[in-house]
This record gives sequence, structure tokens and C-alpha cells, in this order.
Amino acid sequence: MSRFKPHVVRALIAEIVAVALTAVTWLALVRFDQSLKIGEPGPIIARVIEIILAVATLVVPAFGARAIARSLRARTLASEERLLDARVAAEDATNDLLYVLGLGLMAAMVAFGALFLTANHALVRSVLFEWSLIWVSRTALIRGFWWNVKLFVVAEVLVLIWALVVAVVRQLPGRQFLPIRFLAIAYADVFRGVPTIIVIFLVGFGFPLAHIEPFYSHMSPNTQLFWLGTLALVLVYGGYVAEVYRAGLESVHWSQTAAARSLGLSQWQTLRYVVIPQAVRRILPPLLNDFVALQKDTALVGFLGLAEILNIAGILKNNHFNLSPVTGAAMFFLFVTIPFTRLVDYLIKRDKARTQAN
Amino acid sequence: MSFIELHDVHKRFGDNAVLRGVNMSVDEHQVVCLIGPSGCGKSTLLRCINALETIEEGEIRLDGERVSGRGVDLNGLRQDIGIVFQAFNLFPHMSVVQNVTLAPRKVLGLSKQDATDRAHALLGRIGLWDKRNDYPDRLSGGQQQRVAIVRALAMQPRVMLLDEITSALDPELVSEVLALVGELAGEGMTMLIATHEMGFARDVASKVVFLFAGQVEEEGPPAQLFSAPTRERTRSFLRSIIEAKRM
Repeated sequence: MSRFKPHVVRALIAEIVAVALTAVTWLALVRFDQSLKIGEPGPIIARVIEIILAVATLVVPAFGARAIARSLRARTLASEERLLDARVAAEDATNDLLYVLGLGLMAAMVAFGALFLTANHALVRSVLFEWSLIWVSRTALIRGFWWNVKLFVVAEVLVLIWALVVAVVRQLPGRQFLPIRFLAIAYADVFRGVPTIIVIFLVGFGFPLAHIEPFYSHMSPNTQLFWLGTLALVLVYGGYVAEVYRAGLESVHWSQTAAARSLGLSQWQTLRYVVIPQAVRRILPPLLNDFVALQKDTALVGFLGLAEILNIAGILKNNHFNLSPVTGAAMFFLFVTIPFTRLVDYLIKRDKARTQAN
Repeated sequence: MSFIELHDVHKRFGDNAVLRGVNMSVDEHQVVCLIGPSGCGKSTLLRCINALETIEEGEIRLDGERVSGRGVDLNGLRQDIGIVFQAFNLFPHMSVVQNVTLAPRKVLGLSKQDATDRAHALLGRIGLWDKRNDYPDRLSGGQQQRVAIVRALAMQPRVMLLDEITSALDPELVSEVLALVGELAGEGMTMLIATHEMGFARDVASKVVFLFAGQVEEEGPPAQLFSAPTRERTRSFLRSIIEAKRM
């Protein structure tokens, strides 16, 4: 049997580091608090958050202390020849140290954030994170973000359909489908290979210059740019999502098709009722990934002049000589992308719970 | 004229000739068991009959009509031929009753109500009515395979092809599946069964066909083929089965 180690010294070192880290974090928070007074009196909410963070930091040395206590107990138990109990205590101590590691990293990030924001006489905070400026910009930003929302909702619906068509065409079997398969492959290769911004430029600036405007000449400038931007995004993301669909279609085992066809279902019915439903379930995570990317890339349409959120934030930035409205724009994207991600995770989990045993 | 007739059927995968001129027949209401060592072409033969595989040479006839080669209405043909696979191949994203009603609704055009009634009656018969809303993953292998049989039966096929349907099952689950097949045989269902269960073949088969290296080596009534095989390859195959204590 291997020699038992209670790791008391390891726990002691961890506790010393934890206490030091707590001290640094508190100093950083005090410095941040003082920096708020340089400009205008800091808002109450900022102080409340500072206090909560300062108190929360105490959890790190608390876990360290418990690790020491458990290591000591492990040593005592080992000396009493109660090796099983000693190992349990030592394992608990190790788990405490892992908490110290994780929570300590969090505290370190808080300290770093506070120091970063107060750097250069708190210029970092006032130029990038001036809350009052974000707050007064909110109406303009919301109005701009509405364009982004419309862009990604319309583009995502179109991409879902268009990419499925491309992917299904691409996996049609037999020599007679070779030319049409070639078209699908060429399309995906081209539009995945070109930077999104270039497609947006070519479509958004190029089409109007080339007088390709049969359907939008009567629209307002923003609406024209909206549809041109949507077209560019659908072209680019159609290529990506078609590849995602293809991976999903190919992942459905051939035996499923055999079972469906042998029941008399046609090729199309087999795809519609058996293959595509299973494929879509499997590709939800990568599909979501592409959709989050699409949501973010709606900001690129702003380069055409559409009054979407990045464009608005850029104007505000120039007016105030301050980047905080751009930070505000970033927050709007997070408001959408994070709940969207969680929702899809939930849907995947629910489907698994339904169709899979345990 | 037999119900299913195979004339000189050839099938190759690349360089690998799997079927090398198979001649055999199945009469209506007959149960034919196909036995033979792994890789002798049993599964491929079944797949060729319902055109999941195309054959290179020869001809397959169902009730007198050619069902191999070009010009055959595959979807129509497959409505007449039910097939059950070794690995069940249930649709995992559908509940049991959805698995059973899909083809009757979409292929036969039954209303949802009629298809569900039909499915419920069949599921009741095999004692799985209370599992109708479960997903396949929740069922045991034996239950899944019986659902797969019912799914094929729901199309009211004229013949059933069973492709080693107990080979993927735990030993204690084999009997529940074989009992169901035995019942179908008793009702006069025409069946062609690829199997390793020699005891079962002896009990239900009207005829046993021994397939070896892509050809019919010997065929006959089970009593004769199992007790007094005429060919050396048949004898040696049966001896190896007995040594493996599967008979």
C-alpha cells in the first residue's frame, strides 16, 4: 500500500496565497472606489457592487482554511491507523483546494478588472465604460439594434431553408445528379471562402452601382440597405450552414434510410420524416454557433450605411470622443446571444430526456 | 409457379462476389429458413429481394411479376414486402406508435385515426400497448425488435423477410421474438428468414435452404436437411453449429 500523504503544507501554501489575493483584490476595489470620485460622485449601485465583491472574496481564504483543517484531521486519522477515514478527509481537503483555485482566479480577475479600469487616472473607465453616456445613448442604440434584430431574424429564417436545399442537393446519389451536386459544392466553397465583409461590399455597394435594383428602387434607403445586407448574409451563411446540414445528414446511419425505404417511403419522404429530423437534432449546437456568428455579423452591414447599432454607436463615439456607446452596443449583442444560447441548450436537453433512456 | 422466385441471381460489391447465381423459390404461406455461415450472402439475398440492393445478373419475380432491374415500382414493391433487420432500425426520434403509423399514413394514405387504430391493435397483440408512447431507446432489445416486426406488419405485406432478427439480442430475449414469428408462421404468413437459430428453423420452416459462398448448396424439408444432409459442406456447417452448442 502506498504511503499516505495528508498534504498539510500544500493547504498552508494555498491559504497564504488566498489571503494575499484577497488583500490585493480589496486594495484594487478601494482604488476603484476612489477613482469614481475623480469625475462625479460614484453611483450607489457601484458601491454596492464593490462591497458585494469584497465580501465574496472572503470565500477564497475560507475554503483554504477548511482545507487546512481537513488536512490536519487527515494527518491525525492517519496516525491513528484509520486510513480509510484519513483518505476521505484528504480527498475533501483536495476538493477545497480546487475551490480555492477556481474562486481565486475569479478574485484575481476582479482585482485585474478594477486595476485596469482605474489605470491612467481612471481614463480606461471613463472612455470605455462611462455608464451615464451609455444610458443617455440607449434610445438611439435600441433604434439601431432593431435593424440588427430584423437582419438576423430574416436572414436566419432564409438561411435555414436555403442551406437545407443546398445540403440536400449535395447528397443526392447517382451520376445523373452530378451537375446539380457540382453547383451546390461550388456555391458553398465560394461563399465560405470569401470574407463576409467583401460579399457585403460587393452586394451592398456593387448592386446599386450596377443598377441592379428591380425590386427595391421604391424603398427607403435604409430598407434598401437592409435587403442588400440580408442577401449578402444569406449568401455567406447559406454556405456555412449547408455544410453543417450536410454533416448532420451524413451522420444519420444508412440503416435508417434502409428501414424507411423498405416500408415503401419514397426518397423524399425518407428525407422529410426520417433523415432530416434526426440530422437537425444532432446539428443544433453547430447550427446555433453559426447563428450567433450571423447575429454578430449583422454589425458589418453598418459599413454600407444602414443605421444599425454599430453605425449609431460610431456616430455617438465621434460626437462624444468616447467609446462607451460602442461598449453599450456590445452589451446589446450579449443580451441576445447569451439567452439564445441557453435556450437552445435547454431545448437539446429536453429532447434528449424525451428520446434517450436515462 | 412459386410466390417468390430467384433465377441465377448475381450480386457483387466491387471485387467481392457475394451472390454467385442463386436459384430458389418460396411458395405462398411457406416459411423458408435461410441458413449458412457468416458472409455466405444471406442478408444480401434478402436485401436484393426488396431492391435495397440492385442485382447485376439474373431475375427476381414476386407473384409472377419481375421485381428486379429497371422499371420496377420500388415503393409499390416494398409495400408488399416487409423486412425486419438485425439491428431493429427503429426511428429513434419517434415514439413507438409513430414508428408504426408513419408508413401506413404516408404511403398507404390512411388517416391518422385509422393508422393509430391499426397500430394499437397490433401493439396490443404483442403486449406492448402500454409502451405505445415510449421512445425506442426506453425499450429492451426484444421489445424493440417486436415493435420493428409490428411496424412491418402494419403495412399488411404479402411476405415478410427477417434478417437475423435475433442475432443482436441477449439470449433471454430471443424467445419472445421467436414466439411472435412462430405465431405469424401459424397464421400462414409467407416468410423468408435468415437465421442462426437452428432449433427455431427446424420447428417453423417448411423448407430450409443452406447457402454457401453465394450459392444454394442444399435445400430440403428441415427434418431431412438437419438429420440427413447430403452435402459435405452442409454436414460440416451443422457440425460446427452443434459444437458451438447452438442446436
